[in-house]
Amino acid sequence: MHASVRPALPVNIPPLATSPAARETSAALSMRMTISKVNFFYGRKQTLFDVSMGIATNKVTSLIGPSGCGKSTLLRTLNRMYEIVRGARLEGEILLDGQNILTQDVTSYRRRVGMVFQRPNPFPKSIFDNVAYGLRINGSKAPISEAVEKSLRHAALWDEVKDQLHKSAYELSGGQQQRLCIARALAVEPEVLLLDEPCSALDPISTARIEELLVQLKDLCTIVTVTHNMQQAARISDFTAFLLTGQLIEFSPTPQLFTTPGDPRTEAYITGRFG
Amino acid sequence: MSPGLRWRKFVSGFMLTMTGVCALVSVSVLFLILGYLVYHGGTSISWNFFTKLPAPVGESGGGMANAIVGSGKLLLLATLFGVPVGFLGAIYLAEFSGGTTAFVVRYAADLLNGVPSIVIGMFAYSLAVLPFKHFSTLAGGFALGLMMIPITLRSTEEFLRSVPNALREASMALGASKWKTIASVIVPAAYRGILTAILLAFARVAGETAPLLFTALGNSFWSPGWNQPTASLPVMIFTYAIAPYDDWHRQAWAAGLVLLGLILVINIVARAILSRGIAVPRA
Repeated sequence: MHASVRPALPVNIPPLATSPAARETSAALSMRMTISKVNFFYGRKQTLFDVSMGIATNKVTSLIGPSGCGKSTLLRTLNRMYEIVRGARLEGEILLDGQNILTQDVTSYRRRVGMVFQRPNPFPKSIFDNVAYGLRINGSKAPISEAVEKSLRHAALWDEVKDQLHKSAYELSGGQQQRLCIARALAVEPEVLLLDEPCSALDPISTARIEELLVQLKDLCTIVTVTHNMQQAARISDFTAFLLTGQLIEFSPTPQLFTTPGDPRTEAYITGRFG
Repeated sequence: MSPGLRWRKFVSGFMLTMTGVCALVSVSVLFLILGYLVYHGGTSISWNFFTKLPAPVGESGGGMANAIVGSGKLLLLATLFGVPVGFLGAIYLAEFSGGTTAFVVRYAADLLNGVPSIVIGMFAYSLAVLPFKHFSTLAGGFALGLMMIPITLRSTEEFLRSVPNALREASMALGASKWKTIASVIVPAAYRGILTAILLAFARVAGETAPLLFTALGNSFWSPGWNQPTASLPVMIFTYAIAPYDDWHRQAWAAGLVLLGLILVINIVARAILSRGIAVPRA
């Protein structure tokens, strides 16, 4: 069996959180969000165990791990989207700008934390109305067409759609639809943007455009992305968290996690021995 | 070719032919009815048919203007009563209710859908005729509306459920409340189906006779207001078809033709409306 050909796991590397480099980086950073001791349950089934981590302001944080490790669940706790699932329950504390997100009004809270999903999910409306949706439901006083243009520019889609704003969003390609969804999320000017495997349904060229876009967008907001594509996490993120069976195994600056992982399980995963 | 294979090919060919024949039969029934109505009733259709009151026996001519207007009033009432109840109930079922509640409501709606229309008529009679001591348009509209509820409810629910969950999530993630999501994303995404559902319910009750026999009753003259008995096309067809006069028989056929034509026109207009707007592509 292939178990016999596996090299022994390196177990003597000290955890990175204690390394001087890591201490230095984290001290200089301000944290947009803080997750402390989060336990998560679907009914009786626990899917997150004691997860604690910080989301650094204006950085890209990636959550990686094999299918079912809880990375999407963790992402969905950050904008309380888990609440729409019956029987879902969260214990612990999550702070945004130092305030507990669980005690805030959920609809006004979600305006501060945008989300982009795995498959592009534009509304059956025109391109313009898709982007304007968030502004309209929030009764925004700002001139809507300017805000729509601004968001589409931020999402690097404006030049492609400026002459067809009133066409159906479904006439766009998959990659364009996903950028439209990013524009739609950006229109309400969120502080944090969550992306749940935003490229998994896209071709490599569209994927590259979105990755490039995310790196640019971090000046605008704090970005958290879930991916099971490790190379993608390595390319775009400043920090990477590795989850396995609902536990946060390792959380470090991306270059460190991929070059000198502190946990044998992280190394086994990033070198492709499982997952 | 082995005998087994030959047999399978024969069965396959036979079944394919049967499905085609059955499809043809279903379509031809409609055209047969339409042709039959035109053949027997076409000659009686004239301007008078739409504008005049029924003529007394023995006198030729006359029309069914009162029945056409009566049917229109009854269907308007039925739609105003049945569609909102069915529609809002469907929203509750599809978007809010838990498993058990939904099951009970759905089951009850299916049973209600299966209640014979004559029983609906009796029920409406005891609730909307007896207490007021007279037949009325209102009672007829109430009876037809009752029949529209389960049809609207069940099909609207199906169409709401077929809206992808991803759209609900996208809207909620932008900070929309559940009601806002339903009103501005879910219902617009399902509106073609919902409109089709309402049309089906409408067409279904437009031809109902039994519930009207003890509620709207019938009338040989104009029915003033909403509180008096009224003529309606289905009841008129019934009365005229069982009468022993050839002239009345022709008028009954003509009334049938008008009723069917009415439903066809409404269907075509609605389809034209439906073809506009943006549809959610099928997954």
